[in-house]
Amino acid sequence: MSNYSYIVWIPLLPLLTFLLLGLFGRRYVKNFSGILGSASLLVSTVLSLLAARQYFLQDGQLNGVYQKIIAFKFTWLEFSPNVSIDISAVIDPISVMMLVVVTFVSLMVHVFSLGYMKGEERFATYYAYLGLFTFSMLGLVLSGNLFQIYMFWELVGVSSYLLIGYYYYKPSAVAASKKAFIVTRFADLGFLIGILVLAFYGQTLDISMLIERLTSTQSAEFTGITTAGFLGVSMLTWGLSLVFIGGAGKSAMFPLHIWLPDAMEGPTPVSALIHAATMVVAGVYLVARLFPIFSVDGVSLQLVTYVGAFSALLAAIIACTQTDIKRVLAYSTMSQIGYMMFALGVSKQGGESGLGYMASMFHLFTHAFFKSLLFLGAGAVIHLVHSNDMKDMGGLRKLMPVTHIAFLVGCLAIAGVPPFAGFFSKEEILLAAFHSNKLIFGVALFTAALTSFYMFRLYFSIFWNKEAAHHPHDHGEGTFSMKFPLVILAICAVVVGFVPFAHFVTSDGVALETHMDLGFSAVPVGLSLLAILLASVMYRVANDKPDKVAGTMGGLYKAASRKFYMDELYLFITKKIIFPLVGQPIAWIDKNIVDGLMNWLAAVTAKISELIKGLQSGKVQNYALYFFGGVAALGVLFIYIWK
Amino acid sequence: MNLSLLILLPLVTALVILFCNGLKQVRVAALVGSVAQLAVSVRLLLSYQAERAAGNHSPMLFESKQEWFSSLHINYHIGVDGISIAMILLTASVVVAGILVSWTMDKLSKEFFFLLILLSMGAYGFFISLDLFTLFFFLEVAVIPKFLLIGIWGSGKKEYSAMKLALMLMGGSALVFVGLMGVYYQTGSFDLMQIANTPIPLDVQKFFFPFVFLGFGIFAALFPFHTWVPDGHASAPTAASMFLAGISMKLGGYGCLRVATYLMPDAAHAYSWIIILLATIAIIYGAFATMMQTDLKYINAYSSVSHCGFVILGIGMLTRTSINGAVLQMVSHGLMTALFFAAIGMIYSRTHTRMVQQLGGLLKVMPFISTVFVIAGLCSLGLPGFSGFVAEMTVFMGSWQNPDGWYRFATILACASIVVTAVYILRAVGKTIMGPMDDHYATLTDASWNEKLAATILIVGIVLIGVAPFLINQLIMPGTDTIMMQVGKAITQK
Amino acid sequence: MNSIPLTHILFVSTALFCIGMYGLFTRRNMITMLMSIELMLNSVNINFVAFNKYLWPEKLDGIFFTLFIITIAAAEAAIAIAIIINLYRSHNSIDVEDATELKY
Repeated sequence: MSNYSYIVWIPLLPLLTFLLLGLFGRRYVKNFSGILGSASLLVSTVLSLLAARQYFLQDGQLNGVYQKIIAFKFTWLEFSPNVSIDISAVIDPISVMMLVVVTFVSLMVHVFSLGYMKGEERFATYYAYLGLFTFSMLGLVLSGNLFQIYMFWELVGVSSYLLIGYYYYKPSAVAASKKAFIVTRFADLGFLIGILVLAFYGQTLDISMLIERLTSTQSAEFTGITTAGFLGVSMLTWGLSLVFIGGAGKSAMFPLHIWLPDAMEGPTPVSALIHAATMVVAGVYLVARLFPIFSVDGVSLQLVTYVGAFSALLAAIIACTQTDIKRVLAYSTMSQIGYMMFALGVSKQGGESGLGYMASMFHLFTHAFFKSLLFLGAGAVIHLVHSNDMKDMGGLRKLMPVTHIAFLVGCLAIAGVPPFAGFFSKEEILLAAFHSNKLIFGVALFTAALTSFYMFRLYFSIFWNKEAAHHPHDHGEGTFSMKFPLVILAICAVVVGFVPFAHFVTSDGVALETHMDLGFSAVPVGLSLLAILLASVMYRVANDKPDKVAGTMGGLYKAASRKFYMDELYLFITKKIIFPLVGQPIAWIDKNIVDGLMNWLAAVTAKISELIKGLQSGKVQNYALYFFGGVAALGVLFIYIWK
Repeated sequence: MNLSLLILLPLVTALVILFCNGLKQVRVAALVGSVAQLAVSVRLLLSYQAERAAGNHSPMLFESKQEWFSSLHINYHIGVDGISIAMILLTASVVVAGILVSWTMDKLSKEFFFLLILLSMGAYGFFISLDLFTLFFFLEVAVIPKFLLIGIWGSGKKEYSAMKLALMLMGGSALVFVGLMGVYYQTGSFDLMQIANTPIPLDVQKFFFPFVFLGFGIFAALFPFHTWVPDGHASAPTAASMFLAGISMKLGGYGCLRVATYLMPDAAHAYSWIIILLATIAIIYGAFATMMQTDLKYINAYSSVSHCGFVILGIGMLTRTSINGAVLQMVSHGLMTALFFAAIGMIYSRTHTRMVQQLGGLLKVMPFISTVFVIAGLCSLGLPGFSGFVAEMTVFMGSWQNPDGWYRFATILACASIVVTAVYILRAVGKTIMGPMDDHYATLTDASWNEKLAATILIVGIVLIGVAPFLINQLIMPGTDTIMMQVGKAITQK
Repeated sequence: MNSIPLTHILFVSTALFCIGMYGLFTRRNMITMLMSIELMLNSVNINFVAFNKYLWPEKLDGIFFTLFIITIAAAEAAIAIAIIINLYRSHNSIDVEDATELKY
């Protein structure tokens, strides 16, 4: 094993940037903070790429199997002799893949923000938060300890909170940041209890050890966790399902997805980084990390499958009706993550049947590039138009040629048109679903078609449709620093599909041979192209077809455009049930009954003292009388009774 | 290391303050005194580490014993283990921060600082006492100044709150005293270590344990005796709130652990279900009650009820990890809540309101104070990197190790409170720090040097525990083991 | 020597004590009350001297006590009169009923 200790610098550099900018940024390095942040991240990115080269191409394999290498590890907090939180950096195929994705996308976003956020008052703070986020995300992907994942999980959550609330003076941003944090916190509660369950029965928090103990049917821990049960379900299923709830919250799976669209209140580059490419896939990453355990428990894996598939479909339907371009992208993110989830769900551990796992990770990989590309493209558009609404856009292709091409590439990639990146990963997912569950396959196929439709609806509405309106604050397409990342990401969105991913990342570390089946691919690609054609008919030139279609859909359209009333449902539960039926009664009881009891005690004491205070007349002679009376009584007592 | 220094130093400081004139002299004297206390505490920590490293495994270090009133076996007996040192460090940091925050207290400043220092003396004495009588003596020393601090320098319905606080705490001490008498007449000794080695019959334990535990529990805001907390904190001046929540409530937790559980482990085991029931109620109930508050100080006070529930929960679960977690939570909550009150005090002294609906967008005019507020909030909701996370997770981990099904259920409920915590913290942060700002706040100034220093001291403590919990874990672990030895005996006997 | 029996003297002192007590209970004038207290003290003095003389004639303890009491009575009178004068200054009266500020 060769030395990987330089890995620790990959997360540490953004952390240092965060500390430096957080403490001194506002006053001392204000205008250089962007350059500083980008530079340090550039180093991180280079280190990640080096690590990837070293791991995948040089010494990661042992007898054809990719090894799990522990780059460093120390005990951070010991709960009991065998259960402790170790801070560690674990190198295996998925963590290295994630390192590359996170640092690379983050670098692109850093560079893009140089132009996009220019002139903001809290420029340094922005870069500090970006550094914090990147650090946390990198710490998460390197975790070899379940609790370490949870820690960084919370940290990415809070950086997301801080960045969504970046425009802190906007009430909508404040509400959105709060919502994002609380909904994911609620999900994290599941994660936490899941950890408690798994750690109790597995007697360790170390992921490798946990996998070892909970997958071998002979081990005492496995027997313990499968025989113990609650409500007729084994503790293994409980633990994994609870952990999955945590993942579902972070990854915006139904029904915990409601925070993601609102999270678009943050600056657009942030959405590209956190809410498209990296943080939201943490749930998928978590399931992938624990995949060997999930694979021995059919029930929780089914849960993953159906939740993923349903979310993919639901989000795609909603996306077709939204008019805020960032929300469309947000729902499309949710839909794509649903893909990754059910791909994991239909997979098995090891060999050919582990295709779904590989496909899921592959899709995660490609999706990061084209989705951040789309978001940054949308950011460039918003920067020009100063609006998020499709209705304010149209005909922008001449005003911003670079963005236009880049956005088109992104759309083609997500639609799964060959030879763009999304095609390759999506084909693998569909293939994996086809071999395992025909219902899921059908849903996936339909969702794929919907995806193409709404993405091109978006594309045509922004860049075609009507003539470009005159924009008063016309400052062209933006600076070089904004165009450069778009171009790079567009190139990536084309080429990353050709990475022989199955050779590197598989469920068991053994390279997998995949073959493109033209006959199989024809159907989804054909459907995609049809959907694109349909979108172009409806949206390429402004006409009344969309409205007519919406009219014929009636209630379904309305429900979808209102996001199936999920927000209203949550508001009803919190505002109408929890606050008035739990919170207020408790506050009332505390004030009137519990505190009332104390006050009543005090009042009773006061009453009694009021009753007996007459004895304290304040007249000395009365006192003297009592005194002598007492002495006389005692005298009588002593002389005649006690002798 | 002479431990009596910890009592003498505040005493001398308090006397010097009496001979000072004017705010300027008084505050300098108080600051010098409190910094000296902090220095002595750090020195104590270092010598403790050195002593342990040299292989000294006795449960208490730096013991010294002086006969005080021999016919009743009352001795002045002091000594420390890791748990007491953690508490002493907490006290010292909060005292320094509290004095810095009251830097411009110009109303009866001499008396104010005198009482603050006196209170700290009580706390130090309490934490180092190994004799039940001296322990009780210092407990009382720490109660009386609070009454005056709230009654004279408070705000709002201060007389009512001061009276309520003093009466409830006095009631608590009375209960404690009855329990201590019971223990004394059973064992014939006030010496903590000696009593620990004397077996107390189960029925005696079962009779006197509730007195001691409940008595100290009132200090630690045990449900349903927590109602002094919100009123007391809300009426107290900033430094007094910091002392109350940061130090006084810890006296209770420490007493529950060191006196009640350590001396009467069998009863603690027998009554653990009641303790856990009350703690769980306090956690959930406190959290929900916090959600409905609109006054920043009430928010923090009710959240203290909820957070101190974790301390009681950890003690009640009686596992090594959970007791460790309880100690961690005491330290963490002390620092965090002191920081929170400091931030609230800074906001209040500028805006003259603590009502969340009247505040908003303060980040724009006071970035430093707002950051402090957010840090305190994030620590409170258990964000990794801050001490709250470490403490809460240790309590949860430890609680889950107790295999009883109902205790598991209680643990889940306690875990659920972190969501409610997030709700009320983010609500408070969102309404005060963020959002649109009222125009008449536009001219307010940010923190001054003393406020910055105060906040920094507390934040350093919070972050240090949050980033390197192994340090404090190592410190308190031997102390927990001593207690667990007793508890372990009690549990295996069943 | 033994012509007057002890009981006679005790009768006198008891009578003196009762007179003093009666005065203390019934009078509202502070000076009178003070005088009554002096009477009671003196009755005690008589008792001391008498018991000393009749029971332990070879000792002087009782007489010493009497001297002590006289001294203390003098001091007490000085303080009491000082209080009374102050009271008179602030309340314009030396009636105990008039000074009720400390009641309850």
